[in-house]
Amino acid sequence: MAIVETRKLTKVFKQGQPGAVNHVDLETREGEFLVFLGPSGSGKTTLLRMIAGLETPTSGEILIGGNVVNHLPPRERRIAMVFQSYALYPHLTVYQNIVFPLKAQKVKKELHKQKVEWASALLGIGRLLDRKPRELSGGERQRVALARAIVREPSVFLLDEPLSNLDAKLRASAREELEQFQKRVGTTTIYVTHDQVEAMAMGDRVVVLNQGTVRQIGTPQEVYDQPADTFVATFLGSPPMNLLETDDLIVGFRPERFLPSGLVAGSGSTDEIASRMKTEHLLLADVGKRVPLRFRVEYIEYLGAERILYGALEGGRFPGKAVASRIPSGVTERYEANSVHDFIVPESELKFFDRASEKRVAPKAIPWQ
Amino acid sequence: MVSGTGRRVFGGLVHALVLMAFSVLLAFPFYWMLITIFKRTNDLYNLQNNPFKFNEKPTLEHLQLLFHDTLYLRWVANTAFVGAIVVLITLVLAVPAAYALARLTGRWGERLGIAIFLTYLVPPTLLFIPLSRLVAILGLQDSLWSLIVVYPSFTVPFSIWLLMGFFKSIPRELEDAAMVDGLTRFGAFVKLVVPISVSGILTVVIFSFTLVTQEFVYALTFISSEAHQMVGVGVPIFLVRGDVYYWGSLMAACLITSLPIALLYNLFLDRFIAGFTVGAVK
Ligand SMILES: Nc1ncnc2c1ncn2[C@@H]1O[C@H](COP(=O)(O)OP(=O)(O)O)[C@@H](O)[C@H]1O
Ligand SMILES: [Mg+2]
Repeated sequence: MAIVETRKLTKVFKQGQPGAVNHVDLETREGEFLVFLGPSGSGKTTLLRMIAGLETPTSGEILIGGNVVNHLPPRERRIAMVFQSYALYPHLTVYQNIVFPLKAQKVKKELHKQKVEWASALLGIGRLLDRKPRELSGGERQRVALARAIVREPSVFLLDEPLSNLDAKLRASAREELEQFQKRVGTTTIYVTHDQVEAMAMGDRVVVLNQGTVRQIGTPQEVYDQPADTFVATFLGSPPMNLLETDDLIVGFRPERFLPSGLVAGSGSTDEIASRMKTEHLLLADVGKRVPLRFRVEYIEYLGAERILYGALEGGRFPGKAVASRIPSGVTERYEANSVHDFIVPESELKFFDRASEKRVAPKAIPWQ
Repeated sequence: MVSGTGRRVFGGLVHALVLMAFSVLLAFPFYWMLITIFKRTNDLYNLQNNPFKFNEKPTLEHLQLLFHDTLYLRWVANTAFVGAIVVLITLVLAVPAAYALARLTGRWGERLGIAIFLTYLVPPTLLFIPLSRLVAILGLQDSLWSLIVVYPSFTVPFSIWLLMGFFKSIPRELEDAAMVDGLTRFGAFVKLVVPISVSGILTVVIFSFTLVTQEFVYALTFISSEAHQMVGVGVPIFLVRGDVYYWGSLMAACLITSLPIALLYNLFLDRFIAGFTVGAVK
């Protein structure tokens, strides 16, 4: 077990060009599942490879377990890494793949068999030990790669998009398993992904990266509900947060908080609202002050559990601004393309950002008409 | 209309015929050499005879001539000796060079690789005059070492080029994984890159060895004494005297020399093909 810390960590691949990783400061907690989340090209892999020792930092320090490890080669950092391609050794059997780190690190021979069996049992791949990697499915390969990573009981796990090669269904179950597994072994884990669902579901905390800089570090709830800037606000959530620009401010609200006014408590009798809904999932509590907006629906995506309405605001302060609304399937109201409706946003759900810096600022009152 | 079974039988027949035709085509030279070795000279030169069979009693005289009156075995040993050392030198130089060019030098690696390959395209006939001066300066005239020094100048570039393709097709992440798993970069190279590239390395071995056995120009010009000949030069020089061809002995020398190489090729055929088509399929 160990804590990983980076101090002003920077990587510039070509002089004169912007760095792939810029002044990153972060610190894991003991046994934590920390997720690096960012779009592709945001420097997640480079950051992870520097922690692993596979890439030399241009400047800054890396600490593992309290010691600066910049000068140590990967093999001396007591880490294990799972690569996006899994990087299984193609000429070796599954058994030989898993035992490879033990041999390389000169673990006593008597222990090999027992440790491989422990790791393969933990991942349920005991019956695959004689196969070659090319004879395995994607899910099996991923397990072998994990078994190879845990067999030497490292102090830190580094995982680079380990689920991105699996199909959607397998990915969901693998995600669940991986999370359970990490809780069980309790090893500090850094997990790289560009998939916000993965990040939210698995991470104890999420580090949101863009263009090599850290935009926000926080629990999934914090980064979703209290985004530090407009990048985080729009990168998380699908569809992203609606943003409206005005003077020196940007006002934002989530599509799931942008709802037909008739469906929010306080805008009619409770019976009336309940009769228009099949389930009670929708927020019925009194939401306090509301901002009314007229919404012209342009097209509708039906996603089963919800509908997403895309369209634009009408009249008011932001005429013609594109916005989206997410409506749970319990709402039976019909919406047609090119119809105009009265919608509201609870005022408490509004987020304010400074227009110049794009950072979040304290709520302000703005005239909506 | 042809029924399904009919078509299958017909297809099988064509398949068998094609295979047979090729087998005959490829086996015929061996048959011809074999029968010529044991034919009496009169039988060979009599145009009235059927050339495909023995018309007189077979004889061992040609083999006797080859083994007793020439230094054939010595030449074979010379060739094997030069071949082994050239293969060794080629591997020692080409494997690390190819790895370095494939991995460590980025874009320049590729350009350098192409430049090295271009040197392979310079015909040996152009080079043998300057190289013979070089051999003279080194004092290696009439020594097998002259060939050992010269042959790597074309086995090495080609091998580097071939192995570069191999090493490039190995994902870098594999080496990264090995380094995280506890090896040094050199360890990862020895324990991972070399075993994965074994087809390419075998191809280099076979290619270099074959080249040594069949090279003619240098072997002819650098070596003069009978005892130092390579088999590919000694046989035609000492078994063709004036306009007299010792056909039986010539054929015996050819057959005995070519059989091991043919067998070697057969044994490693799949790997050999993989060696030349690296990257063509995933
Ligand atoms: N070896 C390299 N040489 C030059 N540029 C690189 C190298 N590796 C990554 N980069 C660049 O660094 C940036 C970050 O890449 P990467 O860390 O792979 O992003 P991510 O993993 O978030 O998709 C990208 O712009 C990429 O082109
Ligand atoms: Mg990446």
